[in-house]
Amino acid sequence: MRFQFVLSEIGIGLRRNLAMTISVVLVTFVSLTFVGAGALLQQQVATMKGPLYDSVRISIFLCTQDSLSPSCSGAATEANKEAIQAALTSPPLSEYVAEVRFESQDEAYAQFQEDFSDDELSASVTPDQLPESFRVGLVDPERFQVIRESFSGSPGVEQVVDQGEVLEPFFSVLNTLTVASLVLAAVMLVAAVLLIGTTIRLAAFNRRRETGIMRLVGASSLVLQLPFLLEGVIAVCLGAALASAALLVAVRYGVSDWLAVQVPSFDYVGTADVWVVVPFLFVGGVLLAALASVVSLSRYLKV
Amino acid sequence: MIRFDDVTKTYDRTARPALEGVDLEVARGEFVFLVGASGSGKSTFLRLVLKEDVATSGAVHVAGKDVKRLSSWKVPHLRRQIGVVFQDFRLLPGKTVFQNVAFALQVIGRSRSSISAAVPEVLDLVGLQGKADRLPHELSGGEQQRVAIARAIVNSPAILLADEPTGNLDPTTSLGITRLLERINGRGTTVVMATHDDDIVDSLRKRVVELVDGRVVRDEHQGGYMTGSVPLVPAPDVAVDHRGAAVVDVPTDGAAADAGGARA
Repeated sequence: MRFQFVLSEIGIGLRRNLAMTISVVLVTFVSLTFVGAGALLQQQVATMKGPLYDSVRISIFLCTQDSLSPSCSGAATEANKEAIQAALTSPPLSEYVAEVRFESQDEAYAQFQEDFSDDELSASVTPDQLPESFRVGLVDPERFQVIRESFSGSPGVEQVVDQGEVLEPFFSVLNTLTVASLVLAAVMLVAAVLLIGTTIRLAAFNRRRETGIMRLVGASSLVLQLPFLLEGVIAVCLGAALASAALLVAVRYGVSDWLAVQVPSFDYVGTADVWVVVPFLFVGGVLLAALASVVSLSRYLKV
Repeated sequence: MIRFDDVTKTYDRTARPALEGVDLEVARGEFVFLVGASGSGKSTFLRLVLKEDVATSGAVHVAGKDVKRLSSWKVPHLRRQIGVVFQDFRLLPGKTVFQNVAFALQVIGRSRSSISAAVPEVLDLVGLQGKADRLPHELSGGEQQRVAIARAIVNSPAILLADEPTGNLDPTTSLGITRLLERINGRGTTVVMATHDDDIVDSLRKRVVELVDGRVVRDEHQGGYMTGSVPLVPAPDVAVDHRGAAVVDVPTDGAAADAGGARA
């Protein structure tokens, strides 16, 4: 009975306050979309970095039998590899180097297959076309030049690549976008909180006759306040649902179907990443609504 | 049932207290008229009983509990023992008579079956048989007040507070409403009725407590609206206990003088 009663009160409240409810839905929709976009931008950074980016980002690619680089004369020999390994693990270079890992052609092939699994390119590649490499992690990632100067042009070394040099510009753009969307989200969230507070205040005023009687006949504060609180929560959930839908559509059609086709050289976030973000949008939104509700209910709907 | 011990209530920024040094006890099953001009503190008295407000000093006991020490989540339980009726009825215009009365039970979580049993019974008691499906605007003022009374007593409260319940009604209807309150009182409910309807007070001859400027100046058994036997001006704080012994309390010199036979 009480549950049913609360439900019918909520229905009445939402209908009476339709314009305010819609504005709460829209404001939370926009703010949570920006929150989600910020999260997905960070997810994109993580996806581009890959699991080893922070520890091992320098690759010393060795010559393959087809290498055309002047320092290469056929594939790198065992002697070449041993020399490089020794140089990396003994002074003076060893004080800069935190980690060295050798990647064989088979390992490179396996990684390649994984990275480009849905690409027709992967079918035509064989292990011996891919270079062996030393993967090097530095104590200080800024000291990349030391490694480059030591090994560029060494026998058996085709190329020394710092992944960071390639990716950092993208990361700075993505990080700036993240900050921008989180700032926008914060502004919209403040608006959302104030709007929820105002909506509850209006709703409490609209229903002061009912609530006045409820207080007099001894309705508990739960029965008195729950309809108002749930109205806010329902409105915010609708906003969160719209925001989730917007993010899913944007990632599905904007990133997976368009950006990934136009610029295929990177990994991108997918709808699976959006589904990870969605629960947080709902939980965050509901907590926000509950907080705003409790504050304004304690001011306008005391027992 | 209701006990005020030296209760003073001062609203913010008001120089004069709304109630000042009120000592009063209302026993279980009593019927008390609370009389006095507008602004004499009648409504403040009722608000303190309901814990709508808290006394600035002194203690208010209702149904055996010190309301000041009652935590806010227990206030609803206090109010379930108190029915309240107002001058302006306060019915919900969109609900029928039945729904208005049922509302009071719904919001405290009563089951549908107990509601459908209790509501017709109380409508019979207040004399609204056959009007359960009317809307408030289809009823006369007296009938609307009967709905409000039905709503106030449907949960069988121990106390019924009526704040000028006849203020909007003609004399005949007013008497009918008061007789109804008397009948409810006869079933064991303590009734406190604030009013300035002298005809009704005079015709019922119940206990009368008179407030002037927030002080109890008269407390008589079977009293009338006015009494000639107690000097009201100048107003020494005369309190007559309801067993008949009159006491003049002069707080300034702290002595209680016997006004002996103040009530003839």
